[in-house]
Amino acid sequence: MSSYLCSTPEERQAMLEVLGMKSMDDLYVDVPEEVMIKGPLNLPAPKSELDIRRTMESLAEHNTRFHTILRGAGAERHYIPAAVSRITSNEIFVTAYTPYQAEVSQGVLQSIFEFQTMMCELTGMDVSNASVYDGGTAAAEAVAMCKERKRTKVLVSETTHPDALAVIKTYCYGSNTEVITVPAKDGVTDLEALKSLLGEDSACFYVQQPNFFGMLEDCDALGEAVHAAGAKYIMGVNPATLGVLKSPREYGADIAVGEAQPLGMPLSWGGPYLGFMTCTTAMMRKLPGRIVGETTDDKGERAFVLTMQAREQHIRREKASSNICSNQALCALTASVYLAEMGPAGLAEVGNQCYAKAHYLASELCKIEGVELVFPGEFFHEFVTTLPDTYRVLCALEKKGILGGLRLREGVLWCVTEYCTKADLDEAVAVIKEAYGK
Amino acid sequence: MKLIFELSKPGRGNKVLTPYQTTLNLNPTAEVPAVEIPAAFRRSSAPRLPEVSENDLSRHYNALARRSFGVCDGFYPLGSCTMKYNPKINEVIANLFKFTDIHPLQPKHTVSGCQTVYALAEKYLCGITGMDAMTFQPAAGAHGEFTGILLIKAYHDSRGDYARKKVIVPDSAHGTNPATAAMCGYEVCSIPSTPDGMVDLDALRAAVGPDTAALMLTNPNTIGKIDKNILEITKIVHDAGGLCYYDGANLNAVMGVARPGDMGFDVCHLNLHKTFSTPHGGGGPGSGAVGCKNILKPFLPGSAIGGGGGEQSVGQVKMFFGNFLVVLRALAYLMTLGNSGVREAAQTAVLNANYMKAKMEEAGYVCAYPGICMHEFVLDLSQLKKETGVSALDVAKSMLDHGIHPPTMYFPLIVHEALMFEPTETESRETIDEACAVMAEILKTAKEDPEACHTAPHHTVIGRPDETKAARHPVVRYDFNS
Repeated sequence: MSSYLCSTPEERQAMLEVLGMKSMDDLYVDVPEEVMIKGPLNLPAPKSELDIRRTMESLAEHNTRFHTILRGAGAERHYIPAAVSRITSNEIFVTAYTPYQAEVSQGVLQSIFEFQTMMCELTGMDVSNASVYDGGTAAAEAVAMCKERKRTKVLVSETTHPDALAVIKTYCYGSNTEVITVPAKDGVTDLEALKSLLGEDSACFYVQQPNFFGMLEDCDALGEAVHAAGAKYIMGVNPATLGVLKSPREYGADIAVGEAQPLGMPLSWGGPYLGFMTCTTAMMRKLPGRIVGETTDDKGERAFVLTMQAREQHIRREKASSNICSNQALCALTASVYLAEMGPAGLAEVGNQCYAKAHYLASELCKIEGVELVFPGEFFHEFVTTLPDTYRVLCALEKKGILGGLRLREGVLWCVTEYCTKADLDEAVAVIKEAYGK
Repeated sequence: MKLIFELSKPGRGNKVLTPYQTTLNLNPTAEVPAVEIPAAFRRSSAPRLPEVSENDLSRHYNALARRSFGVCDGFYPLGSCTMKYNPKINEVIANLFKFTDIHPLQPKHTVSGCQTVYALAEKYLCGITGMDAMTFQPAAGAHGEFTGILLIKAYHDSRGDYARKKVIVPDSAHGTNPATAAMCGYEVCSIPSTPDGMVDLDALRAAVGPDTAALMLTNPNTIGKIDKNILEITKIVHDAGGLCYYDGANLNAVMGVARPGDMGFDVCHLNLHKTFSTPHGGGGPGSGAVGCKNILKPFLPGSAIGGGGGEQSVGQVKMFFGNFLVVLRALAYLMTLGNSGVREAAQTAVLNANYMKAKMEEAGYVCAYPGICMHEFVLDLSQLKKETGVSALDVAKSMLDHGIHPPTMYFPLIVHEALMFEPTETESRETIDEACAVMAEILKTAKEDPEACHTAPHHTVIGRPDETKAARHPVVRYDFNS
């Protein structure tokens, strides 16, 4: 049986008879003849499970798995503790639907409530939703929260991840909203340019910390400028850095969003990842997506439910602020398990090691003639260098199973996480030296 | 049950012995010289994450799982959600390291396996939908709707046709349809359904015009009926210069039987997490693949950093290339079913729904619409409520005590006291018979002891929660000072 059916052909025939029908075709008498598929479907014949394993394993073999990855740009390889993948592959978590029926969904609801709390702790904010699709859509949804009648223009720093910027622009194309890119200077947002672009019609400003180039922005000064103009301040943050880095709340952000893939999710060629959104209490009713709240049941016991649903599409329809319903729940569970497993000390250590190892690689690379940092300021665990003969050097690294930095217009963007050993980094540096014939 | 924060004890769990140098448990060894993060960028206090042992962690999440309900626990006839069995082989494939440990920005020649997965999935799904091209960037059904309507917007804009400001949506539509149209800057024009739940052709003719951008339609529609006039419907819209959007939420009824592309639709989304068996994960991740005809192909999204979009691309709706591992699972499912299995799955889904509908009518329930249904059907409990005071909500809550997940409640909006059942093809006759026997018993209780229904459920880990309190006084995070 190829379609995971439970009934035998005889049972199906008997069921048809109950309905007074002779064949399956009778079920489709209401479908206009002209649209019925004639002849066989353009798909191969059914495959056995073993054949599928072989086919898929052979497809997988056409991918290269690098033992060292020095590339980030929105997707990072961090160590994923065994407990994370084992716990989150529990069949009940995997096969449940959105927890509409609270009485039989307390587990899923509580796990989301715990996730919301952890994201609030990391960002310092008051409220979190249950997740959105990824960091880019989280940024775009945050921007949509800020539009007001007289404040319609959206400002986004040029130092934003290009994909996140493109997603913001596409969402704004939908809602007929103008997006203004704030230029960068020395790899960080140009504060003076921001000040000159802010005005009474500015809805919000979005900045990423650390930014796309790995640089640490002066988020205090940016936030002050934004609030002085009466606009909302949105920060995009990497949660893996928040064990050590200043929280968006400390910078005065109104909304903090980001990509939580670094919290226990594999690279997976780009997805599924995890977008999170947190904000101040003042903006709570504008937050899109599912939110779980605590209440009591008819016996006064603690209970969790999907709440503030008056914001959502199934109630408000065209007046809803977003159409989101399905989110990335299992990924949010993954992030929660990761954070609970790592604990505050473990997450801080991830941040510290990312920082230390990235700075080690940067200093070793800069010892090579012709290689230097492109931007002068502080960086976290990503940085841009010059790299003469880039293509040839990246190919040399690839031959050794090392995925080198990402080639940008500005230079090469490197990323180092705690996953890399010192030996990995030394090997990469040696390969580059060799490529230069040194 | 305790929250994970209430299990936390300072110093328990993952330990870091000496920062940067030697670590225990989960963090690798640093080995490199410590570098101090400048004080201006350091946070003032640590986030209050739980400090728990791995054993505590394991038990906590297992307890949470026991307080949840998956397809693996029992019958889940949640209408419009297609809670079919989630095959195990799909999970095995989606856990292969050479799929999971691949960076999205690796050089193209190092990801040809991933690219082939998308190419095959596109080919097979275009075959099933009758579309010409497909994007896998959207992450969920609603996200697919958003993408599809943006393609239509980009199409009209590319022709300088800026007068098209309205999207027509039947009153039976999912809430996401009007919400999507609004997100795309369109005015929503709601048209009534006929008494038998079909698109009112006269209302549609009156609604279309030079301001029509698109019609959004679910077919089979949300009452579980195929619209017989579908070709006439799409023609009316096309004649007015609008395009037709197919909401693929209900494709499970007709996959392998009839194709949206042949019904006159220009663009559609598919819920790979419904129709193509990938698990729902407690609310996601899904995949809202969007298929379109050649006229819309130039506008498909791409990735600014990873490539893919053409000159006329509408832009980008998600980072990188979408929920790859979800598409991979769906492809494994398509390969398993093959050309014969896809059709067989749809037919059996429709058979199960009609059989269950007949059994429910036999038990004394009233169906909102007579005749053959597709993969789902809607009960109308307004008569029962009038006679006994027992509502659709009461009946649904009573089902919980019998280990059955309730159907979708109070949808579609055009039916009062609606319960929408979708049994799917992966349920046996016994399961359906047993569920119908339970429903008969609940009906009996409703008439004899309505109070028992009003206070149900009685055997779940909590009773009915106070939702009003939750919404009026939101407590949406743990209070560490409590």
